[in-house]
Amino acid sequence: MMESPFFARQKPLCESMRWTIWSGYYAVQSYLLKHDLEYFALRTAAGLIDVSPLCKYLITGPDSRSLLCRIMTRDLSRLAPGRVAYTCWCDPDGFVIGDGTVMCEGEQEFMLTSTDPSYAWLMRHTRGLDVDINDVTQACAALALQGPASREILLSVCSGPVGTLSYYHATRSEIAGVPLWISRTGYTGDLGYEIWIPTESAGAVWDALMESGADYALRPAGLKALDVCRVEAGLLLQHVDYHNALHALINDRKSTPYELGLGWMVKLDRAPFVGQSALRRFKKARWKFVGLDIDWPETEALYKRHNLPPALPSEAWRTSVPIYLDRGRQHQIGYATSGTWSPILKKNIALATIQSEFATGTCQIEMTVEHTRHTVTAQIVPPRFFNPARKTRRFE
Amino acid sequence: MSTSQYDAIVVGAGHNGLVCAAYLARAGRKVLVLERRDVLGGAAVSEEVFPGFTFSVASYVVSLFRPRIIRELNLAQHGYQVIPMDCAFQPLHDDHGLARWGDPDRTRLEIARYSPQDAEVYPEFSRAMTRMGQLAAQIIDQPAPTGLHWRHARTVRNIWKIWKQLDPKEQDLLVKLLTLSAADFLDLWFESDILKGPLSASGIIGTFKGVCSPGTAYVLLHHYMGEIDGAFRSWGFSVGGTGAVSMACARAARHFGATIRTGASVTDIMIANNRAAGVVLDSGEEIKARAVISNLDPHNTLTKLVGHQHLPDDVAKSLDRFKYRGSSGKVNLALNGLPDFTCRPGIGDHLRGDIAIAPNVQYLERAYDEAKYGAYSKRPFINVVIPSLTDPTVAPPGCHVMSCFIQYAPYELASGPATWDRERENFGQTVLDTLEEYMPGLRKHILHMQVLTPLDLERTFGLAQGNIFHGELSLEQLLFQRPAWGLASYRTPIKNLWMCGSGTHPGGGIMGASGELAAKAWLRANR
Repeated sequence: MMESPFFARQKPLCESMRWTIWSGYYAVQSYLLKHDLEYFALRTAAGLIDVSPLCKYLITGPDSRSLLCRIMTRDLSRLAPGRVAYTCWCDPDGFVIGDGTVMCEGEQEFMLTSTDPSYAWLMRHTRGLDVDINDVTQACAALALQGPASREILLSVCSGPVGTLSYYHATRSEIAGVPLWISRTGYTGDLGYEIWIPTESAGAVWDALMESGADYALRPAGLKALDVCRVEAGLLLQHVDYHNALHALINDRKSTPYELGLGWMVKLDRAPFVGQSALRRFKKARWKFVGLDIDWPETEALYKRHNLPPALPSEAWRTSVPIYLDRGRQHQIGYATSGTWSPILKKNIALATIQSEFATGTCQIEMTVEHTRHTVTAQIVPPRFFNPARKTRRFE
Repeated sequence: MSTSQYDAIVVGAGHNGLVCAAYLARAGRKVLVLERRDVLGGAAVSEEVFPGFTFSVASYVVSLFRPRIIRELNLAQHGYQVIPMDCAFQPLHDDHGLARWGDPDRTRLEIARYSPQDAEVYPEFSRAMTRMGQLAAQIIDQPAPTGLHWRHARTVRNIWKIWKQLDPKEQDLLVKLLTLSAADFLDLWFESDILKGPLSASGIIGTFKGVCSPGTAYVLLHHYMGEIDGAFRSWGFSVGGTGAVSMACARAARHFGATIRTGASVTDIMIANNRAAGVVLDSGEEIKARAVISNLDPHNTLTKLVGHQHLPDDVAKSLDRFKYRGSSGKVNLALNGLPDFTCRPGIGDHLRGDIAIAPNVQYLERAYDEAKYGAYSKRPFINVVIPSLTDPTVAPPGCHVMSCFIQYAPYELASGPATWDRERENFGQTVLDTLEEYMPGLRKHILHMQVLTPLDLERTFGLAQGNIFHGELSLEQLLFQRPAWGLASYRTPIKNLWMCGSGTHPGGGIMGASGELAAKAWLRANR
């Protein structure tokens, strides 16, 4: 297993010794015994998350843009330097392989992030193109500084126009004398930044952020806290909410962008891209990616039957839970893939995939109470529970 | 002279008044809230007392606020955010102190330093208290039965049902909890005086009794009823101070259509034919309404605004006997840095929770001894929180807000309440002297100090005799006796004059239940 560039910093802070493996790297689940204070730091102050294990590719050369336009469903032909785009890419049958961000660092210089390794897929489409693809996963360390205080913390350590950086924009900057890139992006659905750092100087940047951040109640945060945030924000997680089409054993496990709520990033009337003709044929999505707001009084009543106070999920969960049309559990219409109690919204929420024709109104989600299966009514809502104005606010 | 007609006027924009107004407005009623001060929240208020520093001036932590209200009024959308505390830290003169954590094993190891036996009993105690707290929470979520009349049969039956949920052992425990002193109750479980210190302190908050006075075990339970996201007895910081809870309630009330006016001091309730018809402001403005609902305490509502001449003699008498006896004060500090606790140096998570200067039971009882005879404690119980370590919005970067709740500071000083003005400075210094014994060098970091004596609490927040709960939470002043026999249904002897403050069932703390239950009772009566 690999150690992240921040491993030496994280190790003494990780009181809980709760680690997991993320893409072959040791990653902190939660620094404290419970993740909730890290979660609250992310939502009310700021959290610092090591996201170095993300796969990162530097795509350069005269044809780098053409390559990305050929692979991505989004039209990136006009993505200007200093801009970032969230996009997905598909196989020739129109099924999603991955989703990630493309950061334009120069006219002929892009950085792509993805959950799964994507080098081979990129290389497969370079024939005839003058392009270099460099896997910089190890060479480039990454930190996510997220939360309402994140901007102030950055301003206290940073040079460059970071303060006025708009949502999905990026800029070169410097922290602790280390030249780096900062993008106003993240996986928490809140005001936040991602910092892309040359690995050899990564430690100095961590130290500078932690030191300045102490004045703003910054906490290092682990993946458990991040998971609650991303469910609240309705952000997809590969391997959990959908599967890489290249790895799916059966077609039923594959999803089109339309079925994942990513239809807005498919631009069909443009130069050819992988999956374009297949995506043109999809008239109607079989499935819809939705949010569920699970009824609280009903949950409470269910627990009361067992003389128990309602037990809230202590962490975000990511198991498949059946969704039914009826209380009798005769007609299954879909499945929830992740969920959490949202301490900020005071709601029990889930992300689910439901047959399109049933994806409005209410449904029944399975809930096990004292070893007994029941169902609870859930409102079907857009999968964006938490979306504060500060996330996209323009700072002058 | 305005004669606008409202369905109800809520006097006082404390959190209960605002909750009440929000419920009434939600039901489509035309509601006006009148607040004497320029800020909303009553005693749940955040104020920038010193530039850049936001103090939760009076109440300072949140736990009891009812989840049902949060849900029904959609308070999360209106800005209600509470961050739980993971630690209860008790600094001592040794080299450890005692910290109790959210994690049971971590707590067990801490307690075992002082008593291996107590360390193992502690989870049993917590379980029992959680169970009692859950049951008590069911009682606070419904109106108190006001008698054995058939109209209250359902409430009585519900309480009977709750009683029946208990096994005989638990029934025994409940009776003990209702009758014993906090110290005696804790003696049933623990041997370590050090552990019993901070635990028993919960039994005296806002009460003019000592940890050895019978009845204080109930107050202990009152502090165990709180829950945050299903975790019983957890306390938390409201982001932006406790005033943010009130502001969320105010936003909800406005969202539903209520009107809120600040700087509107009610000097009189218009009463004609034993009916409340509206209020008179100090400007002379008269505002009429079909009902007046007072968020003030019973003394301010019935004795001061209404006047005993409008009340039956027995009611007037029982109101006179209702005990306020404020016993606590508050010191709020703006700091330019944090000194170390000698027993546990460094800025660790032990400072991010609740810090209690309550080294043992004797210390607390001695503090009460002085107060009994009309002096503030020379070495008081102090409950310290430093919200700025968790919520950066309340202090400038690198600076901190330290909130200290102090007991005992008896309203009735031997030389009379008015002498508090002379004693304020000394009282503040006593608090700092006590804190410096554990945290030397604290004074060097102080940029500003705000001292609130019980007299200040009375003047600023209108709390009779400075009682933070609108009346003591002793057993004889609870349920159908809060504030008095026959007045427990939020109604008063004056028709159309209702009460919704902490002086009604179920009582104090930032709970919102009085406001909610009063609103629902009023709506039922005025369909």
